Amino acid sequence: MTATARSPKDTAAPQTELHLKMLRQMLLIRRFEEKAAEAYALAKIGGFCHLYIGQEAVAVGALAALKDDDYVICSYREHGQALIKGISPNAVMAELFGKATGCSKGKGGSMHLFDAKKGFMGGHGIVGGHIPLGAGLAFASKYLGSDKVCICFFGEAAVNIGAFHETLNMASVWKLPVIFLCENNRYGMGTAFERVAAVTDIVEHACSYDMAAELVDGMNALTVYDATRRAVERARKNSHPTLLEVRTYRFMGHSMSDPLHGVYRTKDEVEEQKARDPITHLADKLKEDGVIDQAALDAMDAEIHAEVEAAVKFADESPDPDPDELYTDVLAD
Amino acid sequence: MPTLTYRDALNQALREEMQRDPNVLLMGEEVGVYQGAYKVSRGLLEEFGPKRIVDTPIAELGFAGIGVGAAMGGLRPVVEFMTWNFALLAIDQLINSAAKMRYMSAGQVGVPAVFRGPGGSALQLGAQHSQAFESFYAHIPGLKVVMPATPADAKGLLKSAIRDDDPVVFIEGEMLYNLKGEVPDGEHVVPLGKADIKRPGSDVTIVCHSKTVAVALKAAELLAGEEIDAEVLDLRTIRPLDTEAVLASVGRTHRCVVAEEGWPFAGVGAQVVDTIQREAFDELDAPVLRVTAADVPMPYNKHLEKAAKVDPARVAAAVRSVLYRD
Repeated sequence: MTATARSPKDTAAPQTELHLKMLRQMLLIRRFEEKAAEAYALAKIGGFCHLYIGQEAVAVGALAALKDDDYVICSYREHGQALIKGISPNAVMAELFGKATGCSKGKGGSMHLFDAKKGFMGGHGIVGGHIPLGAGLAFASKYLGSDKVCICFFGEAAVNIGAFHETLNMASVWKLPVIFLCENNRYGMGTAFERVAAVTDIVEHACSYDMAAELVDGMNALTVYDATRRAVERARKNSHPTLLEVRTYRFMGHSMSDPLHGVYRTKDEVEEQKARDPITHLADKLKEDGVIDQAALDAMDAEIHAEVEAAVKFADESPDPDPDELYTDVLAD
Repeated sequence: MPTLTYRDALNQALREEMQRDPNVLLMGEEVGVYQGAYKVSRGLLEEFGPKRIVDTPIAELGFAGIGVGAAMGGLRPVVEFMTWNFALLAIDQLINSAAKMRYMSAGQVGVPAVFRGPGGSALQLGAQHSQAFESFYAHIPGLKVVMPATPADAKGLLKSAIRDDDPVVFIEGEMLYNLKGEVPDGEHVVPLGKADIKRPGSDVTIVCHSKTVAVALKAAELLAGEEIDAEVLDLRTIRPLDTEAVLASVGRTHRCVVAEEGWPFAGVGAQVVDTIQREAFDELDAPVLRVTAADVPMPYNKHLEKAAKVDPARVAAAVRSVLYRD
């Protein structure tokens, strides 16, 4: 540090506000997912349920770089992105519970959260299958002369899928305003990426498609934010795509049916990664900067706890879809 | 009324719909500079430019998915596959993305896209280029499946498909592109889900679609010489199936043969027969028979190929059988 003393509160107020917002958003995802895990254990949530715990900095940092009407499209590990894109915890939790008040009226479930009005174009359940959809949304935006960009989130396992390569090629040839954001959490379910990928630095794939790319620390929301901001600017101003490889780690199993460590990674490894907790990381920084103290952090946490508790209550008390809903929304007419 | 080929009727539909709606675009292999692998898009690049006539790489999965995404984003893409054989690479996008989007988003996101290209067999193209996949797609709730048999229907059905708010699988007959017929100028729209009697008759109903319509009409001619008056009912749309038209026709003739280019197992004909036996059992004077492709991959040798395909003689033989005149 230099001798020039500065108070972040005075000189960088908007930034401080943003950092506090990010901290709050990460905590919201964490607490929400913890509650989802509890509800799953109580069989309130069925099917597959893929938690985002450990990866919060990625969704929070990336989405902070977007405008409200930009598009986001995700894989099935999308509770975090849905919450940050503006779907209420009530509507997300109710969807996990399969209730009529869910953001997809109970017809989508954990893997298919949608809110088209908020630009949240779904969670999608086939690995890599939504990558061309993300490029298609960007194609439409460019065609219509809109300045909307699209962030397409996917895991590192999707990089081995043909759709990834076909889409990056076309996005580059057609200069689409899309950000391919690869959340590299190191494991496709139980398979370590290096066991199944010839090229393990995903960012290098961008070279094949003449595309801008960045390797990003995904345990640091601010780093993710900065990199995504650069990519968004490239997309919005010049209509150029970007590949971001964001290195992160999931603290939980692949899904609720997968044990915490399993046979594919050690407890030590998970513990080591937990020491890099993105929430602690940002909280510590904000404490150091004098932006927040432990009491304020506790208060924020308590408030979020209450919000998430309320979401569980809302979901639990909400009605199931009407039986007639079975046959609606198959076709337009 | 002007006479056009099936190819030019499709071209006219595309041109008129692109003139009508700036959000309609055509993307696919060879649609632009090359003017279309089967020349369906001839002249469109010159008229509409590369923004709306988009040449793609040979990457069916990728560009079909981009088409679905573009439709989610407010456009009405027409996605051309050079043939439906190649579209197998894209079937994930048709089934898992296009067909599911409206339902899993509870009506928030539709996919108003048309996926089109030639299907079925041509001449001696061998096993991988001679396949009829309509029953695959017709199995899927969320998709519509349309198969025109004539130039007029090709134009009218493609216009409806482009205006439709749901994903439409539009399978053209590879051997039909040169077929000529009268096609109304301008606003000629044939509704989806409506079958059409191509030849009225009183003794037997031949249910058919796409290329088997011409086969059925030839069979009907042969049978006319034997004083058998066959009705030829062209389904035009496989899904939604016009069960009302099928049942009405069978209600008049009391006998039915279903002809299709596909394989026998779980084919379109199986669905038609199921409908008839449930809804019109008492109308039937004979079991319904099906005429399909042989249950084998298509051979190359022309004699073997001929033996594998549906032809007028086989359809006529089935008709004689349901009339107990064989």
